[in-house]
Amino acid sequence: MLQSMSYNAAGKHDFIAFKLAEQDFCIDIGLVREIRGWTPATVVPHAPDYIKGVINLRGAVVAVVDLSARLGFGPSTPTQRHVVIITLHQGRVVGLLADLVSDIVSADEMQMQPVPDLAADPAREFITGMITFEDGRILRKIDLAQLMPTPQEVPV
Amino acid sequence: MTVRILAIDDSPTMRSLVARALRGAGFEVFLASDGVEGIGTLADADPHLIITDVNMPRLDGFGVIEAVRTSGSHSGVPILVLTTERGDDLKARARRAGATGWIVKPFEDDQLIAVVDRVLGR
Amino acid sequence: MAVPDDFREMFFVECGELLESLANGLREMEEPGYDKETVHAVFRAAHSIKGGAAAFALTALVTFAHRFETALDQIRSDRLLPDARVMAVMHRCSDCLADLVGAARQEDEPNTAQMTALLDELDRLSGEDKTGFGFVPLALDLSPPVPASGLVIRFAPQPDLYLSGNDPLALIHALRRLGPAEVALDASAVPLLEDWTADECHLRWTVTLTGNIAPEVIATVFEFVEDCCEIGISPLSADSLPAAEEPASFTPVPILLAVESAGDPADETAIAEPASGPGPQAARAVAAEAGATIRVNLDRVDRLMNMIGELVIKEAMLSQVIDTVGLSDNLDVAAGLDGIRQLADEIQDSVMAIRAQPLKLVFQRMHRILREASEATAKPARLITLGEQTEVDKTMIERLVDPLTHMIRNSVDHGLEDEVTRQRRGKPAQGTVTLSAAHRSGRVQIEVSDDGGGIDRGRVREIAESRGLIAPGTVLTPTEIDQLLFLPGFSSKQEVSAISGRGVGLDVVRREIMALGGRIMIHSVEGQGSTFSIALPLTLAVLEGMLIQLCDQTMVLPITSVQETLRPAPSALHGIGQAGRVVANRGDLIPIIDLGCIFGLRDQRASLDDGVLIVVETDSQRRAALHVDGIVDQRQVVIKSLEENYGRVAGVSAATILGDGKIALIIDPEEIVLSCAGDAGLVPRVLSANG
Repeated sequence: MLQSMSYNAAGKHDFIAFKLAEQDFCIDIGLVREIRGWTPATVVPHAPDYIKGVINLRGAVVAVVDLSARLGFGPSTPTQRHVVIITLHQGRVVGLLADLVSDIVSADEMQMQPVPDLAADPAREFITGMITFEDGRILRKIDLAQLMPTPQEVPV
Repeated sequence: MTVRILAIDDSPTMRSLVARALRGAGFEVFLASDGVEGIGTLADADPHLIITDVNMPRLDGFGVIEAVRTSGSHSGVPILVLTTERGDDLKARARRAGATGWIVKPFEDDQLIAVVDRVLGR
Repeated sequence: MAVPDDFREMFFVECGELLESLANGLREMEEPGYDKETVHAVFRAAHSIKGGAAAFALTALVTFAHRFETALDQIRSDRLLPDARVMAVMHRCSDCLADLVGAARQEDEPNTAQMTALLDELDRLSGEDKTGFGFVPLALDLSPPVPASGLVIRFAPQPDLYLSGNDPLALIHALRRLGPAEVALDASAVPLLEDWTADECHLRWTVTLTGNIAPEVIATVFEFVEDCCEIGISPLSADSLPAAEEPASFTPVPILLAVESAGDPADETAIAEPASGPGPQAARAVAAEAGATIRVNLDRVDRLMNMIGELVIKEAMLSQVIDTVGLSDNLDVAAGLDGIRQLADEIQDSVMAIRAQPLKLVFQRMHRILREASEATAKPARLITLGEQTEVDKTMIERLVDPLTHMIRNSVDHGLEDEVTRQRRGKPAQGTVTLSAAHRSGRVQIEVSDDGGGIDRGRVREIAESRGLIAPGTVLTPTEIDQLLFLPGFSSKQEVSAISGRGVGLDVVRREIMALGGRIMIHSVEGQGSTFSIALPLTLAVLEGMLIQLCDQTMVLPITSVQETLRPAPSALHGIGQAGRVVANRGDLIPIIDLGCIFGLRDQRASLDDGVLIVVETDSQRRAALHVDGIVDQRQVVIKSLEENYGRVAGVSAATILGDGKIALIIDPEEIVLSCAGDAGLVPRVLSANG
C-alpha cells in the first residue's frame, strides 16, 4: 500500500502516472489507497458501459471504472498487465482500471498548466490540468469527481 | 490515610459528578444507586461520611438516614443530604431524620469539598 | 460550573431514560387503580432532571422542571386530582420537558413561549402562587457590627447535635481554619458521675478568633447545627475579653484535641483494620456503579459485526478450498468445518442480540405524536401499542422513527373521521390508532391501523388522475388504487403541512422502509379503517439466501420470498400474446420473468426447456416465476452495501461476498415483480418511487 500524501519531502506533489492509448495520465497520489492486479469483476446490471463491475476489496464492494472507456478510447479488455488503482475520493472508494502503472512522478506548481480549450473531446471533462516536463513529456491530470456516474446516470 | 465516603444517588450523572469532585479531593468514594443499595454497601464501604440524595426509588434519603442512625455500628456516621431545595421545611425534616447537614444542588466542586471538610473536621 | 463534556453527555443520556419513564408513568396514571409508586417515580424523574439541569446551569430547564415537579408533588400528596384535564396538561408538560432537554442538548434556545404557556396552566391548575421556593435566610442573629479585632463565639451543643452525626470538634476545627483561634472548654456543668445522664450535654466552648472575620462566615460553619446548639457571637473588644469573664474554666486547646481525636475519622488508627482489604471493596464499588449493563459505543459493535461477516465469508472460502483439494469427504475435516460454521452462527446471533433493541423505544415516542396530531386536527384519538417488546436491530429502531411518525400522523389526519362523522356512523367519538409489532416467519411485522373510514378509493383515483399520476379511466383493482398512495406527488405539501409541517408523503415513508430492506402494504376496509403493514428483516447484516446461476453470474435470492422451485412439464407452460409467458401451477397461472433479460445479461429470453423456475411471492401478494439457469446453493450471506461506493441498482437490494471472494448481487424480488407486472402506466412510477 502506498502512503497517502500529496507533498513529498521536496515540497512537490507526487502523482501516479499511467498510460492509456499511448497518452500519459496521472492522479494525485494522495487519493490513491493501493494498486491491485486485475481480478474479474461482478457485472452490475444497467450500469454505464465504463463500469466494469464491482470487486471485493477486503469486504467492501467497490466499483471499477474502465478509464479507457470513460475517457473515450473505447472499452479495454482486461489482461494480466492491467491494474486497478483503488482511490478514495469524497468518502467513496472507486477502482480505476488502467494499463500498467508507469511511474510515480513529482511535480511542482510551476509545472502545472491549465487544459487548453479544446473542442468537445470526451476526455476533456475529466482532465483538470496538464503537467509538463523538461523532456517534453506531458501528463494529463484526472479529476476523480467526474469519473463516477452521477446519481442521474445510474438508472433506477 | 484515606477517608471513605459513600455517595448514594439514583442519577448516574449526579453520582458521577459527586464522585469526580470527591475523588479529585483525594477521598475514596463508594457509590450506590438507591437507598437499599446504599445500606447494603454500608458494611463494606465502612464510610466516614455518607452523602445521599433525597428522592430515590425503593428507599429515599430520609429512609437511608433512619437506617444508618439505627444501624448500631454506623449510627454516628455524618450524613449529608443532597437536595435541590433550601428551606426550613427541608432542614426541619432532615434534622428530624437525623441528617448531619445538607448540600444544595447545584454545587461547585469546592463548595462540596468545603462542606465535607467541615463536617469531617479536616 | 465547569463540567466536562462527557458528564454533559451522560446527563442527556440519563434524561432520555428519565423522560421515557416519566411519559410511561403518566400513561399508567390514566389507567384505573394505578400503583401509587408510579406517581412517585414520575415525580422523581422530573426531580432528577431538575437536579442535573441545575448542575449544568440549564436555567430554563430547571425552572420548568421545578414547576412541573411541584404539580406532580401536589398530585402525589393528593392535593391535586389527576383527572383527564390535569393529565392532559401533565402530558404536555412531559413533552415540553423533552423539548427543553432536546434544546439544551443541541444548545439551542429553549421555546419559551410554549414553556410560559404551560407554566401559566400549571399555575391555574394548582391555584397556588409562586411562593415556597424562596431562600430562607439563616436565623442567626448577626446584628453586631463587624469589629476589626475579632470575634468571640460561645458554643453549647445540644443532644441533637450529636445525634445528627455532627461533631463539636469538627466545628471547632472549621473555626480554627478561619484565623488564629483560642479555644476554651467550659466543663463546669459536667455533673458528678452519680447524677450523670448519657444523653445530656454539659460541655460548652468559647472560641476567640482574632482577625477581620465576617459573622456570616461563622454562620456558615454552624449552618447545620444552628437549631441544635446555643451560639453566641460577639465582637472581640478589650473590655469583653472572655478570659476575664470565665478564667477558671479554660482548658488549653492541645489537650482537648488529644482527648477528642479518637473519634476523628481522619485518624490513622481508626481505619487500620478496614484498610487491609481495599481490593474487594473497590471492586464492589465499581460493580455498584455499573449495575448489570454497560454502555458500548455502537461503532465497536458494528466492527464486531463486520468481522463476523468476514468470518462467515472466510469460512465459506475455506470450505470451498477444502472441496477443491478433495478433502471434503474426510470426516475430521468435515466435523471441524461444521464446528467452525456453528460457532460463527452462534457468535453472529450473539452480536445481533447485542444490537437488538425493543421497539418500545420508538413506539413510546408515538404517543406524543398522536397527541399532537389529535390536537392539531381536533379529532379525539388514543394510541394503543402492542408487542412493543419485539426486538429489532438498533439501526432499524432509529430509522423507524420518521416513517412511523408520519404514519401515525397520517392515520389521525387522513384515517380517522372527525367526531361528528364518527358519531353519525355509530362509532365512539374517540378514534383508536393501534401500533403493533410481532415476529412473523423470520421478519418483523409492524402494523399501524386506525378505526377510521378506510381509504376512499374514488377520491384517491380522482386525485391520482388530477395530478397526472394515472391516465383517466385506467382499470385498477382496489389494491392497485391503494398503492397509488405511495406514488411521489400523490400527497401535496399543503395537505400534510397542517399537522406535520414537513411536506412528507407516503412515498417517502415507503422509500425509507425499503431502504431498510422492508416492505409496506395497505389493507383497507371502507367504513372500518385502514391498516398499514410493514415487514422488516430482523437484521440489516445477514440474510438466508438462495444462490442462483444466471448466465456467468452468481446471484442471491432472499429465501424469505421464495415459495417453491419448479421444473415444469412443457404442458404447463403457456404463451400469452407476443411476450407473455405463464406457468400453470396447481390451478394458478403464474407469470414467468426471465431474470437474465431483466438484468440485461442476455438479449434473448432463455428457453424454458433449460433452467429452473423459482416462484416468489411479494408482500403485495403478487406472484411470479423467476426463470434462472440453475440453483447453486442455499446459505447465509452477509449483506454488503452497494450504495456506499456505487449507487442503487434497479432490482438489486444489496451485494454479498461469496466463498471465492467474488461479489454476488442480492436480488430484490419485490421490485422485479412490480416492475414486470401489469399496468404499464403505473410501473415506471412505482419503480422510481423506490429509488
